[in-house]
Amino acid sequence: MTEIREVTVEELHHLVSDRAQNGETMLLNMGPQHPATHGVLRLLLELDGEIVVNAVPDIGFLHTGVEKNMEAKTYQKAEVMTDRLDYLNPIGNNLVYCLALEKLLELDVPPRAQVLRVLLAELTRLGSHLLWLGTSALDLGAMSVFLYSMREREIVLDIFEMVSGQRMMTTYIRPGGLWRDTPPEFEDAVTSLLRLTPRRIDEYESLLNKNPLFLERTKGIGVINVEQCRQWGITGPVVRAAGLPYDLRKVRPYSGYEQYDFDIPTATGGDVFSRYLVRTAEMRQSLRIVEQALRKLQPGAVRSNNRKYVPPPRSELSTSMEAVIHHFKLWTEGFPVPAEGVYQAIESPRGELGVYLEGDGGPKPLRVHYRTPSFSNLQIMPLLSRGHFIADLVGIIASIDIVLGDTDR
Amino acid sequence: MGIEQKTGNMGIVTTTLEQVVNWSRTNSMWPMLFGLACCAIEMMGAQASNYDMSRFGMELMRASPRQSDLMIVAGRVSRKMAPVLRQLYDQMPEPKWVIAMGDCASCGGVFNNYAVVQGVDEVVPVHIYVAGCPPRPEGLIHGIMTLYEQVKQEKITTWR
Repeated sequence: MTEIREVTVEELHHLVSDRAQNGETMLLNMGPQHPATHGVLRLLLELDGEIVVNAVPDIGFLHTGVEKNMEAKTYQKAEVMTDRLDYLNPIGNNLVYCLALEKLLELDVPPRAQVLRVLLAELTRLGSHLLWLGTSALDLGAMSVFLYSMREREIVLDIFEMVSGQRMMTTYIRPGGLWRDTPPEFEDAVTSLLRLTPRRIDEYESLLNKNPLFLERTKGIGVINVEQCRQWGITGPVVRAAGLPYDLRKVRPYSGYEQYDFDIPTATGGDVFSRYLVRTAEMRQSLRIVEQALRKLQPGAVRSNNRKYVPPPRSELSTSMEAVIHHFKLWTEGFPVPAEGVYQAIESPRGELGVYLEGDGGPKPLRVHYRTPSFSNLQIMPLLSRGHFIADLVGIIASIDIVLGDTDR
Repeated sequence: MGIEQKTGNMGIVTTTLEQVVNWSRTNSMWPMLFGLACCAIEMMGAQASNYDMSRFGMELMRASPRQSDLMIVAGRVSRKMAPVLRQLYDQMPEPKWVIAMGDCASCGGVFNNYAVVQGVDEVVPVHIYVAGCPPRPEGLIHGIMTLYEQVKQEKITTWR
């Protein structure tokens, strides 16, 4: 374990400007325990009075070794780790992992499972944006939005609990389909969510859109343009708020997103307020997709019939010897995956979430690498905050919507 | 009280100093606003409207360790974070309590590897362990209630 010690300015000369060396600017530590850093982000701030000269992020306080740990587990067991990467988008993490594995194995997914995957992924996006809305408004001083948006988030979590038995870390999406079929009350629960939520989103907008304090602290703050986004590899709502309608659900559709009718919300400002507008509009679009998915939902199988990769249903175990053998092989040894690499990306609530998966012919992965949107988007932190007041930094961090579990992995 | 109040006799409640102090400690325990990972989201859930931890005198999450009584370690503690956590614990004034929320903080959970401290009790003394990955908000509230029971049993001779 490392010790905490005091450092001198000379030791930080590669991170700070020359003005800090002769005492003209002040160095301030922000985090890792700070209410506005959304986890354990640490920022080294260089301040000229109240103005931020530079903000250097220090990450790794939540480094969990997920990628390395996955190499020691079979493919089914490794999936459990993926939930805990971006803990606001567990279904999306499962989805991208399973899509990559299915691409590598050429595994089929039944249509009902495809539709349910889209439905649940969009509900996750809704839940993630609701939490983002609540916490970022809280950071900017609007406490009541947090209480309202968490109320709606509970409805989403109740649906996850209904289908999988867990509120957050569901591991519901499995290679070749889903863990099990949804319970009978699932569709009613989603219908009531669809009826309730649009009204509630109107409520949040009425709380924030004309709130002079909120507008003052978000408009013109942390501006970034499309060209800079391209240079830094920024994806997700941040680039859409700058005006580029880049969304992997349209650009490289997966899980049958091309069959759904939805818009990509964009804004032109590229500031904190535009990001707020884009995310609120995205919540509405997610509801639109959920509604279409619910209409598309037909009874049928939710797991592939390929017994080499997908365990047989419980009911077959008492009648079929073959099923017992498959079950035993899959849960003790796992399934072999060809020695090839594959990259698959989805649109997570934060941007392009990609996974690079390489098999070695055995039941354990040779390498799993996650390309996480929080990590890439965090890079623009210094760029966005330069020249703004230190109080605006809170809003800027919130507007990029980083999840530190996703950044540090 | 009732009838004694009406007759003008306000009555006297006799108790021990021990009980009164323990009672007041349990009813205004301020946790530190300190989220690490996934469990922090459920901790926020426990604070928000549906579960409303303020029913138990915990509506104030203090961002400063110097103003808080209870540290809820919500999430996995990496080796880089452990010294920071210890320093935050040292900065809290006595009396102080620690809840290890979730499997990662209790024992390392699913992360049995080089990066994660296998249980926060390697770094700070823990009073209550809450199981779950992550625990439901009800689970956390149950943990807090159990801590209250523990605090109520504390003796004047062992007060810190």
